[in-house]
Amino acid sequence: MRTFNKVFTFIVFVFLYIPMIVLAVASFNTGTDIAVWKGFTFGQYGALFQDGVLLPLLGNSVIVAVISSLVATVLGTAAALGIRAMSPRMRSITMSVTNIPMTNPEIVTGVSLALLFAFIGQIMKINNVMGFATLLIAHITFNLPYVILSVMPKLGQMDPHLRDAALDLGCTPVQAFFKVIIHEILPGILSGALMAFTMSLDDFVISYFVYGPGFVTLPVEIYNYTKKPLQPKIYALFTLLFLVILAVMVLMNLLQAHDENRRRQGRGVFGRKKEVTT
Amino acid sequence: MRNKALAAPYLVWMAIFTVIPLGIVVWFAFTDSVTGAFTLGNLARMGTYMPIFLKSIWLAVISSAICLVIGYPVAYYIAGTSAGKQRFFYMLVMLPMCMSFLLRTLAWVALLEDTGIINNCIRALGMKPLPLIRNDGAVVLGMVYNYLPYMIMPLYTVLIKLDDKLVEAAQDLGCTPAQVFAKVTLPLSVPGIISGFTMVFVPAVSTFYISQKMGSSGTTLIGDVIESQFKAAYNPNLGAALSLVLMVLVLACVAVMNRFSDGEEVATI
Repeated sequence: MRTFNKVFTFIVFVFLYIPMIVLAVASFNTGTDIAVWKGFTFGQYGALFQDGVLLPLLGNSVIVAVISSLVATVLGTAAALGIRAMSPRMRSITMSVTNIPMTNPEIVTGVSLALLFAFIGQIMKINNVMGFATLLIAHITFNLPYVILSVMPKLGQMDPHLRDAALDLGCTPVQAFFKVIIHEILPGILSGALMAFTMSLDDFVISYFVYGPGFVTLPVEIYNYTKKPLQPKIYALFTLLFLVILAVMVLMNLLQAHDENRRRQGRGVFGRKKEVTT
Repeated sequence: MRNKALAAPYLVWMAIFTVIPLGIVVWFAFTDSVTGAFTLGNLARMGTYMPIFLKSIWLAVISSAICLVIGYPVAYYIAGTSAGKQRFFYMLVMLPMCMSFLLRTLAWVALLEDTGIINNCIRALGMKPLPLIRNDGAVVLGMVYNYLPYMIMPLYTVLIKLDDKLVEAAQDLGCTPAQVFAKVTLPLSVPGIISGFTMVFVPAVSTFYISQKMGSSGTTLIGDVIESQFKAAYNPNLGAALSLVLMVLVLACVAVMNRFSDGEEVATI
């Protein structure tokens, strides 16, 4: 049974990674048709770096992802602290609102924001209201729940006496937060921020409804491209992004493993000995 | 910093950008696209879209079920490996979710097309090409491929938390491996199954990209219709009515599944 599961898992992972392989191979193809292998070339990578369109669009995506995840992290962490102080009734209402963007289909979120922005545009007499601002607002909105849902459990796990101790020792509430609480909930803040960043970077559906021609992100452009024949440069970009994300993930994996090992060793007798010698 | 006021900016933000927009959707759904007067006309047209709604639900349910059948053994296998391997597998499941789903879907199109990679191979072998794309099966494949990680994740989370002692106790009391699975492991993983099913069903039922690229005119889904109301046909009122029905439908499904899992938890006590 275990062997069957092992083989089955392997097959599923092959299934999950087939498209990556197809796109990576296509990035080295001299021909433009993804299905026909003509010959090997690095030319697509050269073309990508000379291309004046794709890289700026990737830059746009990164800008929106960085700003929206930062804003969402600050707003969301503050909100998580505030929600802890609420009465159970108020907390349950707030959490229901937090869950709306999580359970609603993305297309409904996109459509509802598009209608709101069009409405605001009408009132304020702005032509072409869709642009950087609307895109950013939409991304912050769908990022917020991810931050809150990853910070809240960390706040719950935290020893409530830590804050009291800090206050007794003369910290102001603000100092207590920056000197004590933030260290306890930092893993939650970081994982929330990272999740928000990745969600924002690759978002297509919501962006598609609220973007304007003045500020286009990479996923939206890829969608618009697919109505015409796709440029093979995109495969090169995909392959490079894949390698970057793979490297980041492997690095995080190693850091996590290192952290766990250290913690395990810290508890054991040998671990302590080692710490003394170093 | 134990202060409710810290949540105030967030609450204001969510009121303006989540609650009010949903109110506008309702408002649009009940007003006429030309005169702006109150009307039930948009919702009255839902009858004509019923087959499309049913088709979307049907394909999304099939995809969720296939994801469950494929995802369960994978999550079960991963949960049984060492901590280091678990981290590695977790990364492998997460990684595809970080890559452009548009391009990954296009890669499937390149594989399955009539002049695609698989059919080129079949032709090279001297056989007749197969109709692999522009049908329901291809849309289901696209959904399963894109949303499978959303099934594996919650199943894995539930399975690693599962107490080994319960399994051992069942074995000591004379259960066969199959009985242990059916009576202990499976019932205890119901919360993961439900959350995985929801996480696959919701994006699958509302997708428009997968059906556009891998389907045909016969596989128009509700997401396609909504998208065209906003991007091509310019009837936001009808689009809002369709969105409203879709939203109510999804919320109803989620509520039913949550009820189901609550009952299950009570039953296990």
